[in-house]
Amino acid sequence: MLRLVLNRLLLGLITVALASAVIFGAVEALPGDACVAVLQRDAVGQRLENCRRDLGLDRPALTRYASWAAGALRGDLGVSAGSGKPIATLLGERLRNTLLLAGCTLAVGIPLALLLGVLTGLRRDGALDIVLSTGGILAMTIPEFVSATVLIFVFSIGLGWVPGIVLAAPGAPIADFFPGIVLPVAVLTMVMTAHILRTVRSSVIEVMASDFVRMATLKGVPRARIVWRHALPSALLPAVNVIALTIAWLLGGVVVVEKVFNYPGLGRFMIDSITERDLPVVQALALLVASVYVAVNLAADLLTLALDPRLRTHRARG
Amino acid sequence: MAVLARMLARPSGAIGLGLVTLHLLAAALSPWLVPYDATAIDAGLMFAPPDAAHWLGTDQLGRDILTRTLLGGREAILVTLIATPIAVAWGGLTGIHLGLAGGRLDDVLMRVVDAVLALPWILKMLVIIVTFGAGVNVLIPTLAFFYGVPVIRVARAATQGVVARDFISAARARGHGRASIVRRELLPNVLDALMVEGAMRWSWMLLAFSSLSFLGFGVAPPTPDWGLMIADSRSFMAIAPWAALAPVAALSTLIIGINFAADALAKAVGLDRAQTTPH
Repeated sequence: MLRLVLNRLLLGLITVALASAVIFGAVEALPGDACVAVLQRDAVGQRLENCRRDLGLDRPALTRYASWAAGALRGDLGVSAGSGKPIATLLGERLRNTLLLAGCTLAVGIPLALLLGVLTGLRRDGALDIVLSTGGILAMTIPEFVSATVLIFVFSIGLGWVPGIVLAAPGAPIADFFPGIVLPVAVLTMVMTAHILRTVRSSVIEVMASDFVRMATLKGVPRARIVWRHALPSALLPAVNVIALTIAWLLGGVVVVEKVFNYPGLGRFMIDSITERDLPVVQALALLVASVYVAVNLAADLLTLALDPRLRTHRARG
Repeated sequence: MAVLARMLARPSGAIGLGLVTLHLLAAALSPWLVPYDATAIDAGLMFAPPDAAHWLGTDQLGRDILTRTLLGGREAILVTLIATPIAVAWGGLTGIHLGLAGGRLDDVLMRVVDAVLALPWILKMLVIIVTFGAGVNVLIPTLAFFYGVPVIRVARAATQGVVARDFISAARARGHGRASIVRRELLPNVLDALMVEGAMRWSWMLLAFSSLSFLGFGVAPPTPDWGLMIADSRSFMAIAPWAALAPVAALSTLIIGINFAADALAKAVGLDRAQTTPH
């Protein structure tokens, strides 16, 4: 068991290291560098050389990767080429905002998705199931900027209930993000609920049709007890992985929603730093998001292992 | 053909295929159908509401919205229709070979696949686009490459489910080489999974393409494009909602159509639509 956990942990670390090398290599392979991007037309002669020396760009790529990685391990991500501020500070503010957005979405979405998933799974092809399954496909597939546009149109412009935009600065106190955060949370909750609901529903249907549930029914176990004690614990297991994927998505990829609502999170930071070619920030962001992705998936794997004793013996690798 | 008939037998399949066909026809024929010039600016006609002359009204520059909506999917559909088969082909073949070969090579390459998947899609796409521009010649290979990576995983998993079966051993015993086993034994068995995956990839690519346009990194104005049209008209939504709603409806119906069709395809070939993720 311990061996298995260590094995997974090691594979996760290798993935993060590779991801950081991939993004470093990609940035390295592209024409131009941070100094050319920041100085723009002034990027000639002595100024360019000075800037390159300040940022250490005159050293060979491998040396720079090694020193960057060593810094990152100590929590020192360097300074932004654009603003000259320490990246760790800039990243920290945005990360807090993204966590706030993700946290609100998860707090609303997970209970909602589990509840609806179980209900639709138990009453397959009922009215609620048909409505939610169709609505789920719509919520999952319609682009976020489309559903956001429609929600803003209805609830902000039409009814005037909530603002359609967040005006808080990255470092603003958390209270400033309300009530502007309501609509972005609503958009993200729709997408995430649809994904989790779908998994929970099909897994509930599968478990309710399984032999051990039929056995319990034939033995005369009350239906409520079958559902709560026998079916749900195994039916909810597959939800762990989907929830993990959703968390990874919320923490690393809600660029479009952040842009639409002007939300100062990691996604907008990503776009801004790429367009400004602030490469040190791009690398730090890539490292952060890749680590979150790997960590969340690892946590889901371990949680599944803890909840399902069958997996611990065979299938040591995945 | 049998698969197509089974897809059409389901309401979702019939609706999905209908919507997709309609959009493909519109994309192919719209240059000859549209009533106005898509880029003709008319200052006297700004934000004209829908009427007999302009069925869907006009936008902030007085351009006809029906015309722009009809033409607005052409570049998205063209790019994704070319990039999807390339993505499925290279990802699928790589995955099948890895699933068959196993061993050290498989271990190493799957780590690289994981690493690429761990990076956010927008970061990967934008690093390329900011450097090389957002022309069709950049977008097609970029989308085809990045959207082929997750296909490797799907094809590899599907192959591993087949590789241990007797008919593969039989083919090996008959002395077939690797290429022949892939072509004659594995490919037919994982083709269903790849087709469903391809349909899903198509819808996700469209999503990515429109999102890029919406964010200002895709199609350049004044070319009509749904993502761009939605971005442009959002600021005027309080005074001219029709300008945003037409491209919203067009993009949504296409993506919903593809997903309904993909769902029906998965059921027709007997697969649970895989627990795959967009990026």
